[in-house]
Amino acid sequence: MTATASATPALENAAPASATPASATPALENAAPDSRQTSLLRFATAGSVDDGKSTLVGRLLHDTKSILADAYEAVERVTRERGGEGIDLALLTDGLRAEREQGITIDVAYRYFATPRRTFILADCPGHVQYTRNTVTGASTADALVVLVDVRTGVADQTRRHLAVAALLRVPHVIVAVNKIDLLGWERAPYDAIAADAAEHGSGLGIEVSVVPVSALLGDNVASHSRRTPWYTGPTVLELLESLPSADQIDTAHLETGENVAGWRLPVQNVLRPQGAAISDEYREYRGYAGQVSQGIIHVGDEVVVQPSGRRTAVAGLDTADGPLDSARTGQSIAVRLADDVDVARGDLLSSVPDAARAVKNIDAHVAWLADRPLRVRDRVLVQHGTALVQALVVRISGVLDISLPGGTLDSSIVHGDSLALNDIGVVSLLLASPLAIEDYSLHRRTGAFVLVDPQDGATLAAGTARAATPGTGPDGYLSI
Amino acid sequence: MRDPRMSATPTTTGLSTLEALESEGIHILREAVATARKPVILFSGGKDSVAVLHLATKAFWPGRVPIELLHVDTGHNFDEVIAFRDATVERLGLRLKVAKVQDYIDDGRLRERPDGTRNALQTVPLLGAIADGDYDVVFGGARRDEEKARAKERVVSLRDEFGAWDPRNQRPELWNLYNTRHLPGQHVRVFPLSNWTELDVWRYIDREALELPDLYYAHEREVFERDGMLLAPHPALARKESEPLKRRVVRYRTVGDASCTGAVESAAASVADVIAEVAATRITERGATRADDRASEAAMEDRKKEGYF
Repeated sequence: MTATASATPALENAAPASATPASATPALENAAPDSRQTSLLRFATAGSVDDGKSTLVGRLLHDTKSILADAYEAVERVTRERGGEGIDLALLTDGLRAEREQGITIDVAYRYFATPRRTFILADCPGHVQYTRNTVTGASTADALVVLVDVRTGVADQTRRHLAVAALLRVPHVIVAVNKIDLLGWERAPYDAIAADAAEHGSGLGIEVSVVPVSALLGDNVASHSRRTPWYTGPTVLELLESLPSADQIDTAHLETGENVAGWRLPVQNVLRPQGAAISDEYREYRGYAGQVSQGIIHVGDEVVVQPSGRRTAVAGLDTADGPLDSARTGQSIAVRLADDVDVARGDLLSSVPDAARAVKNIDAHVAWLADRPLRVRDRVLVQHGTALVQALVVRISGVLDISLPGGTLDSSIVHGDSLALNDIGVVSLLLASPLAIEDYSLHRRTGAFVLVDPQDGATLAAGTARAATPGTGPDGYLSI
Repeated sequence: MRDPRMSATPTTTGLSTLEALESEGIHILREAVATARKPVILFSGGKDSVAVLHLATKAFWPGRVPIELLHVDTGHNFDEVIAFRDATVERLGLRLKVAKVQDYIDDGRLRERPDGTRNALQTVPLLGAIADGDYDVVFGGARRDEEKARAKERVVSLRDEFGAWDPRNQRPELWNLYNTRHLPGQHVRVFPLSNWTELDVWRYIDREALELPDLYYAHEREVFERDGMLLAPHPALARKESEPLKRRVVRYRTVGDASCTGAVESAAASVADVIAEVAATRITERGATRADDRASEAAMEDRKKEGYF
C-alpha cells in the first residue's frame, strides 16, 4: 500500500544508475560488512495498514544499498505496469501474489540487510488486525520492534495492540516511528503530542519507547538525519537499530559485569551416543547432551541440576565439532558431558546451581491465541516448552486483554472472559500432565516461553509466556495456583 | 532501572553473525531430527546443500550424520557436480538416494517440455521419492534472501499430501520453538539456512574451508548468450544460429539444471575473490542465473504451491 502512485523524486534520483550486469558499479562499501565480526540484530516492524510500514522497510533497504539492481528494476517495471510512477517500495516486500493483488501484507516477510556496524534480520509483519498472529510470530524473535504511527492519526487501537504484543513478548526495545511528517509541513507540535502519548502507553505497559519523527517516503530520519526537522536532535531509526544491544547481548553483558548473576539454562535436544556410528573409534563410548544455551554462560566444572528429576551433577566438558570449550554462552549450540552417569533425556533442562529452575505442574500464563477455533476451559492441549512436549489441561481462563483501555497496564487491562478467540491475549491457568521447568518469562525469556499445540492435528495454537510464579509452594515442591 | 541500551557495545559481547547463524542452523537440525520418524537431506552438491550437510556433521558430532541424503537428478546436471556429490557422500560414509527425472520420462509419468528445461519437472520425482522413502522431515538449503516468495516461508514449512505450500495459512513460528508435527501423508520441509544470505554462505565456506565443485570459481568455457544470460552448450539446449558460441571466463553462482542455469562473467578464482565479488554485486543470485524464476512475477510461488522446494 502506501506511497504508491505519488511521485517520489528523492527515490527516483537515488535509483541505481546502471541497469545491466556488465556495468556493475564499484564495490558498495556500505553493503558488505564482515559477518564474521559484526553482531546480528533481529527486529520486526508493526503498524496499522496505511501507516507506511512497507515504505519504511523499502526505505531502510534502499538507503542501506540492500536492493540489488534487478530486484529494483522488477519493482520499477511492475509499478509502471500498474500505472504508477517512480517505484512502489511496498512491492519489494509483498512477495505473494495475493499480497500484490490486494496491496496488503498477509504474512511475515524476512529481509536481510547490513551496515558497516551490524547485520540485520528484519521481520516485516502485516498490519491488519486479522493477521495479528503473524505479528506475534515476527515479534517473538525480535530484539527490537519498530511501530509505525501516522502523524495525522496518532496512536490508534492497532498501535496499542502492537505495543501490548511487545510488552507481552518483552521485546527489549520499541521504536515508535511517527511517519508522514512531511504531510504536516515538518511541524513539531503534532509529533510532540504523539511522542508523549506513545511514551505514556509504553510506560503503562512497562516498556520504554524511543520515538523518532520520520518521512519514510522521503527518507527523513530513517537512515540519515533530516535538515527539515532541526527541532529533533535524537538518533535516526537506523542509528538506533545499529546501537541497541540484542537480547542475548543484554543477557551476557549482565553476566560479564557480574551485575545480575542470573544462572544458565540448557534444554537437552538429543543424547549424543554414537557407539558404532562414531566418526572414529575414540568416540565409541562418547556420551554428551546436545543443546543450545538458552541463557547465561556455562563453565566446565559448574554444578548442574537436571530438571524435572532434580538430580545433581557437574559439567565435565563442553564440546563442539571444532574442539572443546572452557565456557559456552547464550545462543551457542554445544554438547555437554556430565561428571556422573545420571539419567538425562531429550526434554530435560540442565540448569545452574544455586539459582536452578524449578519444575512446576501448574502454570499461569499470558497466552496470545493464534487459532481460528476458540480456546475454552477444560480443553486439552500440548505444551511445547524448550525441547519438552507434555499434555496439559486448561483449568481456568481468568480474563482477556482489552486494548481499548487507555494507559492501562497488561494486568489492569484484563477484563472478564471465559474463552479466547483468534488474536485475543488472555490469562490462562494450565495443569501439566508431568512437571516442566517453566520459569517467569519476565526474568527468563527462553525458559518462560512456550507454545500450545493441538494434540489432534499438530497445529500451533498459541504463544504463551509464563507469569511470575504464584507464591505458596505445595508440599510436593511444585507451585500451586 | 538502568537503561539496557547504554550497557552493551554490539561488537564486544555475544556471538558474531556467522556464529549465531551456524548455531541456529545446528539447533534447527537437531530439533527436526529429534522429532522426525525418518528425516532426509536434499543434497545436490551445490553450495547451499554443502553448507547444510556440513552443519549436520557438526550437529551430530562425534557420530555420523544420522540422515539419508536424496538428490533429484534432472538428467541435465553438470558432470562435475555429480562427481563432487558422489565423492562427498563417500567421504562421509552416508547413504544417497537419487530420484531421476529421466526415469519418469522413460516410463511416461512425465513429459519433456517443449523448451527442454527440466527444473520444473523435478516436483513429481521429488514427491515420489518422499513417498517411496517414507520421509517425514525433508531438509533443504533454501534461503529467504533468494526470492520474494521464499522470504515468506517458515523455517519449518508444513506440506500437505500433495507437497503443496499454502502461503496464506502458515503455522505461526514462535521463538526457537519449532513445530514439526504433521498428520499422516503430510510432511514438513525444514530450512536450516533460512536466515543466511548468499554472502553468509560464502563466508561460511571460507571459514570452514569447505570444498565445492570447481564450477563455482572462474574458468574459461564456451558459452552463448540468451536473454542476457550466459548458457553453456548442453545436449538439452537447442542453440539458435543467432546465438554464437564464444569463449569467456565465467563462474556459476548456482549449479542447478544446466538447461536453465546461467554463468556469470567473473575472474573470481578463489573463495576470497568470490566473497569480494558477491559483496559488490548489483544483481541477485537468481536474477542473474535462473531462467525459470524470470518466467513470471510469481514463478517461484506458483511452483512452491505445487510442491517444489
